[in-house]
Amino acid sequence: MNKNKEDTDPRFKIANREAVIGIILVIINFVWWFVFAYGMGSGPIANYSYVMGLPAWFFYSCVGGFILMVLLVTAVVKFYFKEVSFEDEGRDDS
Amino acid sequence: MNGAVIFPLLLFLIGIFMIGLWSSKSLKTSNSFLQDYFLGGRQLGGFILAMTMTATYGSASSFIGGPGAAYTQGLGWVLLSMAQLATGYFVLMVLGKKFAIMTRRYKAVTLVDYLKERYQSKWVVVLSAISIIIFLFSAMAAQWVGGAILIESLTGLSYTGSLFIFAVSVMVYVIIGGFRAVALTDTVQGIVMFIGTLILLIATIVAGGGISNIIADLVAENPNLITPYGFDGGLTPLYVSSFWILVGVGVVGLPQITIRAMSYKNARAMHQAIIVGTIVVGFIMLGMHLIGVFARPILPGIEKGDTVMPLLAMEVLPAWVAGLVLAAPMAAIMSTVDSLLLLVSSAVVKDVYLNYIKPDASNQLVKKISLSVTTIIGVAVFLMALSPPDLIIWLNLFAFGGLEAAFIWPVVLGLYWQTGNKYGALSSMVVGVGSYILIHSFLPNAFGMHTITFPVLLSLAAFILGSLSTKRIALKNSTL
Repeated sequence: MNKNKEDTDPRFKIANREAVIGIILVIINFVWWFVFAYGMGSGPIANYSYVMGLPAWFFYSCVGGFILMVLLVTAVVKFYFKEVSFEDEGRDDS
Repeated sequence: MNGAVIFPLLLFLIGIFMIGLWSSKSLKTSNSFLQDYFLGGRQLGGFILAMTMTATYGSASSFIGGPGAAYTQGLGWVLLSMAQLATGYFVLMVLGKKFAIMTRRYKAVTLVDYLKERYQSKWVVVLSAISIIIFLFSAMAAQWVGGAILIESLTGLSYTGSLFIFAVSVMVYVIIGGFRAVALTDTVQGIVMFIGTLILLIATIVAGGGISNIIADLVAENPNLITPYGFDGGLTPLYVSSFWILVGVGVVGLPQITIRAMSYKNARAMHQAIIVGTIVVGFIMLGMHLIGVFARPILPGIEKGDTVMPLLAMEVLPAWVAGLVLAAPMAAIMSTVDSLLLLVSSAVVKDVYLNYIKPDASNQLVKKISLSVTTIIGVAVFLMALSPPDLIIWLNLFAFGGLEAAFIWPVVLGLYWQTGNKYGALSSMVVGVGSYILIHSFLPNAFGMHTITFPVLLSLAAFILGSLSTKRIALKNSTL
């Protein structure tokens, strides 16, 4: 059976790690989004502070969260993602 | 309505048409028609991959329905829409390299091909092909209606006439150009969407007298508009959070998106697409929904949410720029519809016809069948869209949720969980779609969460239980 071969294919180790990174990123994204939105946005409106004209909760959660994720995603891809070939070795796939 | 608005739109349509025509050339010399027509020969580069994913995902609801809802709900709806930022990186990271390697190993051209090889089950194939055809057909009809209404409202032509223009401009390039034409036009459409969002956002802020001014106007009208809870406090954190499943991580299960995760050339293209895709999808979603909120003080009292974006563009921009900006929702709709059309066609041709009716069809015959099936489906959608259903978003989300519930676990766990088998996949699909339709009809938004939540959880349970309880049978069969 080719199950064993699949388990030891080093490319799958890389793929699995990158999938886990994707899940971690989405959790960070969600927590950041949730904590700023509902942490800062649930008080009385009279107490709102503002950043660049936007309510602070919105600025940090949505604008800040967007910028944060772009930076994180870029860093993760540049430093942790590996280039691998998608073709199977020794098999003519053209 | 206005020649200066229509002219740039017309130019845009002609441009799209030319690209489609141009990219159909490479099909003439193709010796593997199926791969080239439905998958672009797996040669997509990073930028095109990012754009075609974003543009396919961003639809009428991002440019018409979404800003309309944000206009009514305020910043709480922008918050909700930002769940979509995750689609920019999550799909490509999670399906990622493993999906790319496996689909190449299986020589899969469609998502159903992948499922067929992974689970070795006729029923998985039949069930998934049917759900793709039914759900995406209705999603397509909804989008065509959106496209026709947009043309109608801009040009003043009759609905039927507008639908005809829309149908012809999309169908021609999809039919003759296939996936490569779809991806290339998506790229242009994605750029138009990005630039349109940018121009309209700036013009709206200027017209409203700056952000602080707009926010102050909103507070004066209804302070709830600047809270995360919606205009009447009805958007609970739980409800808004549940959209992370529907429009965030659940997108992994959408066939029109997953098919793109098997179309790219190499790892470098994938890396680049993750970064570009995150930037583009985040900017368009944030920008377009903010525009909807900011439109409120500028154009108060609009009753039909769907008209906010076109009316605003014509209010705050000079006519010819408005035409350019209004090409953006046009582009969003076209880029979604073209992918759906091709996908439904591939389900019919590859998954049904070649699997069960005529497996030994020659390259020439496949070509003929593919072109005619695509045409027939296009005409059928046109006929269906002639008497339009009311709620664009509703139909759209229904197809969305049903497909996500059907495919998310068979695709993702099929990749990463060896024990998963056809029994698990089948029960997951049946339970996912079945419970989605039931809950949607009888218990919508159960326990204060979007309908999608429980079907996705139930189909996960079904996949795991189904696979574990039949582990022994499956092992026995596979060693025979």
